[in-house]
Amino acid sequence: MPRIGVVTFPGSLDDRDAARAVRIAGAEAVPLWHADPWLYEVDAVILPGGFSYGDYLRCGAIARFSPVMESVIGAARDGMPVLGICNGFQVLCESHLLPGALVRNDHRKFICKEQLLRIENAHTPWTSNYRNGQEIVIPLKNGEGGFVADQHTLDELEANGRVVARYLDGNPNGSYRDIAGICNEAGNVVGLMPHPEHAVEALTGSGTDGLGFFLGFPPFSGADGPDSSRSKVESGAQA
Amino acid sequence: MARVVVDVVLKPEILDPQGQAIVGALGRLGVEGVTSVRQGKHFELEVDDNVQDDAVAKIADTLLSNPVIENYTISRK
Repeated sequence: MPRIGVVTFPGSLDDRDAARAVRIAGAEAVPLWHADPWLYEVDAVILPGGFSYGDYLRCGAIARFSPVMESVIGAARDGMPVLGICNGFQVLCESHLLPGALVRNDHRKFICKEQLLRIENAHTPWTSNYRNGQEIVIPLKNGEGGFVADQHTLDELEANGRVVARYLDGNPNGSYRDIAGICNEAGNVVGLMPHPEHAVEALTGSGTDGLGFFLGFPPFSGADGPDSSRSKVESGAQA
Repeated sequence: MARVVVDVVLKPEILDPQGQAIVGALGRLGVEGVTSVRQGKHFELEVDDNVQDDAVAKIADTLLSNPVIENYTISRK
């Protein structure tokens, strides 16, 4: 069973929902603590939503320097799948694992709504259960969710398929080019402002459109990625 | 000991909704003629004399500001 770590920072809110989504998806949720650098041999890490360290200084700015993040940053650079949701996305940007930054919503209000999105890149470990162009509805709730980056960075993200999800039906927070989520160059690190972990059960939400984000393990479990599972199939065929 | 002041402001091209809200409040205060407000952060650091300028620059650049969206100035008092 794949082991997915879920980090709890002081001020994290959605760590329990993220762990629950992981379990509903059939994987093992491993709690990770901000002050503990050990990752307990997890196959992937989720940085959940909330207000890490009270959002003091800037959202995600203090969390970046926590002991667990030093390990997560190293593992992410080595190819481990990492998903940052909402505050987790902000932490990934502050950690320079993802480009750009997230700033206060242009309309100044906190948003909490069901949001229509389009999956633009279904080739990351976190979106492989969707197809390109698929439209999904999951909750969006943030005060500082406006994605900004310079023109060159935005063009590069678009040109290389690194926009993972885009807002549809109007821009809810002033994000440049309606960007709701992006990935790093290798595709293993994904940041997403809306909350798929809140849309994994019909009983408690708008639907189950978010579940796909947590179903990608396997075939993507482990740092080797999809190639290792392919080679297993080939060797099996030879035998 | 020396006092080092770091001021951080959003880059001109980044929208500042808080500054806009302040402009709105100024109108209700009865003050006219203020066309723009940009809100920033002001840090006062007490540092030992042997803390060099490059160390202060590192603090300002990596923690106190996010260079993607903010500019900063450093002054020693």
